[in-house]
Amino acid sequence: MGVHQTINLDIIQEIVERHGYSKNKLIAILQDIQAVYHYLPAEALKTLSRLLKIPLIDIISVATFYRAFSLTPKGRHVATVCMGTACHVRGAPRILEEFERQLNIRRGETTEDGEWSLETVACLGCCAIGPVVVVDGDYHAHTTIRKVPTILNKYRK
Amino acid sequence: MITLKINGVEVKAEEGWTILDTAKFYGLEIPTLCHHEGLTPYGACRLCLVEIGEGPKAKLVSSCTYPAEEGLVVHTDTRRVIQARRMMIELMLSVAPYSKVIQDLASKFGVTRMRFKIRNEECILCGLCVRMCAEQMDGRAIGFQKRGFQRKISTPFDIRSEECRLCGGCIYICPACQLRCQGPQAETAICNACLTMEPTCLDFYDELQCWMYDAGRCGTCVREKKQ
Amino acid sequence: MPKIKKFKNVEQLRKEIEKQEASRQKEKKKVIVVSNGTCGQARGSLKVIEALKKSIRQEGLKEQVALKITGCHGFCEAEPNIIIYPDGIFYQKLAPADIKTIVKETLVDGRVVEKYLHRDPLSRERAWYVHEIPFYQKQKRIILGDNIFVDPTNLNDYLAIGGFRPFLKALTRMKPEEIIQTVKDSGLRGRGGAGFPTGIKWEATRKARGEPKYIICNGDEGDPGAYMDRSVLEGNPFRVLEGMMIGALAIGAREGYVYVRDEYPLAVRHVTMAIESLYQSGLLGENILGTGFSFDLHLTKGAGAFVCGEETALIASIEGRVGEPRQRPPFPAQRGLWNRPTCINNVETWANVPLIILNGADWFSSIGTSGSKGTKIFSLVGKINNTGLVEVPMGITLREIIYDIGGGIPDGKAFKAVQTGGPSGGCLPASMLDLPIDYESLTSAGSIMGSGGMIVMDEKTCMVDVAKYFLNFLRDESCGKCISCREGTQRMWEIVSDITEGKGKPGDLELLEELAIATKEASMCGLGQTAANPVLSTLRYFREEYEAHIYEKRCPAGVCKTLIRYVVIAEKCTGCEACKRACPTGAIQGTRKDVHLILYDKCIKCGACLEACHFEAIEAQRDPAIVVDQEVKP
Repeated sequence: MGVHQTINLDIIQEIVERHGYSKNKLIAILQDIQAVYHYLPAEALKTLSRLLKIPLIDIISVATFYRAFSLTPKGRHVATVCMGTACHVRGAPRILEEFERQLNIRRGETTEDGEWSLETVACLGCCAIGPVVVVDGDYHAHTTIRKVPTILNKYRK
Repeated sequence: MITLKINGVEVKAEEGWTILDTAKFYGLEIPTLCHHEGLTPYGACRLCLVEIGEGPKAKLVSSCTYPAEEGLVVHTDTRRVIQARRMMIELMLSVAPYSKVIQDLASKFGVTRMRFKIRNEECILCGLCVRMCAEQMDGRAIGFQKRGFQRKISTPFDIRSEECRLCGGCIYICPACQLRCQGPQAETAICNACLTMEPTCLDFYDELQCWMYDAGRCGTCVREKKQ
Repeated sequence: MPKIKKFKNVEQLRKEIEKQEASRQKEKKKVIVVSNGTCGQARGSLKVIEALKKSIRQEGLKEQVALKITGCHGFCEAEPNIIIYPDGIFYQKLAPADIKTIVKETLVDGRVVEKYLHRDPLSRERAWYVHEIPFYQKQKRIILGDNIFVDPTNLNDYLAIGGFRPFLKALTRMKPEEIIQTVKDSGLRGRGGAGFPTGIKWEATRKARGEPKYIICNGDEGDPGAYMDRSVLEGNPFRVLEGMMIGALAIGAREGYVYVRDEYPLAVRHVTMAIESLYQSGLLGENILGTGFSFDLHLTKGAGAFVCGEETALIASIEGRVGEPRQRPPFPAQRGLWNRPTCINNVETWANVPLIILNGADWFSSIGTSGSKGTKIFSLVGKINNTGLVEVPMGITLREIIYDIGGGIPDGKAFKAVQTGGPSGGCLPASMLDLPIDYESLTSAGSIMGSGGMIVMDEKTCMVDVAKYFLNFLRDESCGKCISCREGTQRMWEIVSDITEGKGKPGDLELLEELAIATKEASMCGLGQTAANPVLSTLRYFREEYEAHIYEKRCPAGVCKTLIRYVVIAEKCTGCEACKRACPTGAIQGTRKDVHLILYDKCIKCGACLEACHFEAIEAQRDPAIVVDQEVKP
């Protein structure tokens, strides 16, 4: 999935149709759009506003309120550090700092080359294996500061 | 009719009234900031707090959103209410120390110190402009974005909204950017001086707070910035 | 997924339940149960399953051995694990490479392989069978227990443990008022946190004017460190859905929503599959089993907002809006989803309902204390040996949970505090260990029951840092509407952050307390009203730790980065170079077998050396470079 894409408005139309043009399904529709593009492109939101007859600002309010959505494109790889309480007491903040240091970006940012995005999550609910880091859907259990470069290299190739 | 007690006095309220409506009807003053007649009650500024119930179950609620209920016992000026209200004013002052409306509230309620770092963000997110735009002007140009400490009011994508008709309703109703207070010094943040002074020390619209992204050129700002 | 039978009437369903129960009784094969929840999968249970399939095929055991893939059993520390029935031999922490030996030795030769057995962290004794493991012994697993027996994607498995018998009972033999009375008599209270009596909520919704009525299952389990709802939804979704169907009968609801966190993909998948199976079998939809009862269920995915656990915010979210709580009253029972009467209960609450209907109110109310009935699932996590989900009767003490079930604190460290109730809860010190767990005693101790997170902290946890952690969480998760909550949490976070960075000053704690109380008092919803609990409880029990940060510029636990520096203890250092290799900035100097040295101009205090050292030769000490202002001292 490349970072920059042209927005195919037919896809948006299709998603909206699938949800029956229902205003109540706004969040589900946004989730589907996010699943396609890995972010919510401005064009898509404007189209959505037209199709659903919801003021654009209301869509923006929803899209910026929930953590699942992003208005900016994500990197090719996404590293998500769990910041749950159990992970926190087991050293998650230091793991996050090491990711920030290695990738030279702050949490919530994407590297300039579009390769990596660094995210945090409130809790993944697998506290037994904390600190947990998820990279592109793979769970990395019992992460240590020393394991961070190894984890990153696995995806770098 | 609903019968309830406010400050020990039995009062009657109509179906659908809030505690604030009832208090106002009987001439009882409850301070408000984010409340405005003609706009939906919002309950964000927490100034209109009152204490309801008795004993250990007594609690504070915002009177602008809490419905008048049969048999409700309300107190508008208990120690608990006043302490919480003062803290709300202190918190607002720390964000928008140049607002005359908030400075006046500080003076009125005896808030004489401000112990937080000043942020000078001007906007206290009371949501008056958002409701004004949507409910009275039928525009949907501005709205809340993000959440928590990052919450802000802006237009879509932070650029001039196509929905905006430059009516100026948002500026008209804003308690933080409309009336500016010259009094406070950065170190103290509290003016406490001009409670009785009318008109205000200074009055100009601040283009930084203008959702219309027109820097005053639209003519809505009748008064020019004093040089 | 096996083919699903469509039940046309009550009799057909009853017969099928009997048939499935009987076939379970008659099972001759050995059954290998594999725990395959999110934790298990994260630790490689999928690969273990592959290896099992392969070994069983290779050994030609396909006729004698059945494989059952289940959800999480709760013993997360031991993942991936398998249980071999009928004996119940429990093997833990398996890798795919171990499977061949196990299949050969245990299944073919009938011998137990010692090294994969569980060893109790306190007694160091090995347990052969699952029922011998101390972690399970003190629990009362009325809800979680069945996770071991059902494949969550298979309706027949659920029928085989007597599933839908309670629904049949409610449907054919009970009036709605009787169902509500039973739930009321049982003393069941909401498991989501506030502990409101469930029966009263149901009755209010039933009696409220307005049609149609809705019911909602709140699976927006946002408390960091709590995951029992995930486990129930993943491991036994039919139990929750059956509870909702009984609720719908009682309340007179026509439609229901299951709201599941987006962060739980497996739970979303299993609930979706379960709802589909129920439609296919005719247990959901129009005119269920020809009785005239109609009920539809939908799944709504959350989109990542803690505040949506609050019922009015959750309703807003289902309606497709921003998850901002609104003023109650009117309560959802009067005006909820689409302004219609709505009953919202938590996952665990719904899961209790079938059991209460089947076994009666008296059975349920015989478990627990006078005010808090039944069991509660806690997620026991943090600095604890047996991390996992524990289901215990109400009234058990914290000590029993942490030591008898949890196996104590790892690495011989001392217990310091346990945090219950997530960001709305509080931290309880060692002096509170004998506190019986029920709604009222936790509240009076300054914490709450909450949804059941229980995070254990040891001496190396800084309580000021923990308070900062929760405030940081809350200032982001607050919807931001009430100034008291938005600015309150932000300003508290600023003050506590300053304290952890050595910028604390006299008066900070008093201001913090004042602000905490104002935030609690002035905010509208539960999030704001409880947001100060982490601060107030740590101030109440660990004030001296705050004072050490402010007046001595010292972090007693050695956590707060600004206040510490890492030091090599010369007597303990063996010169193994492990820390040197671990250091990402080359700040450690030293040759092999010589005491190492940390170069402070290069050190970024990441803690990698501390983590790498096997000899406890690296310590976090107070940074002597930080000067204590004499005027600051009390």
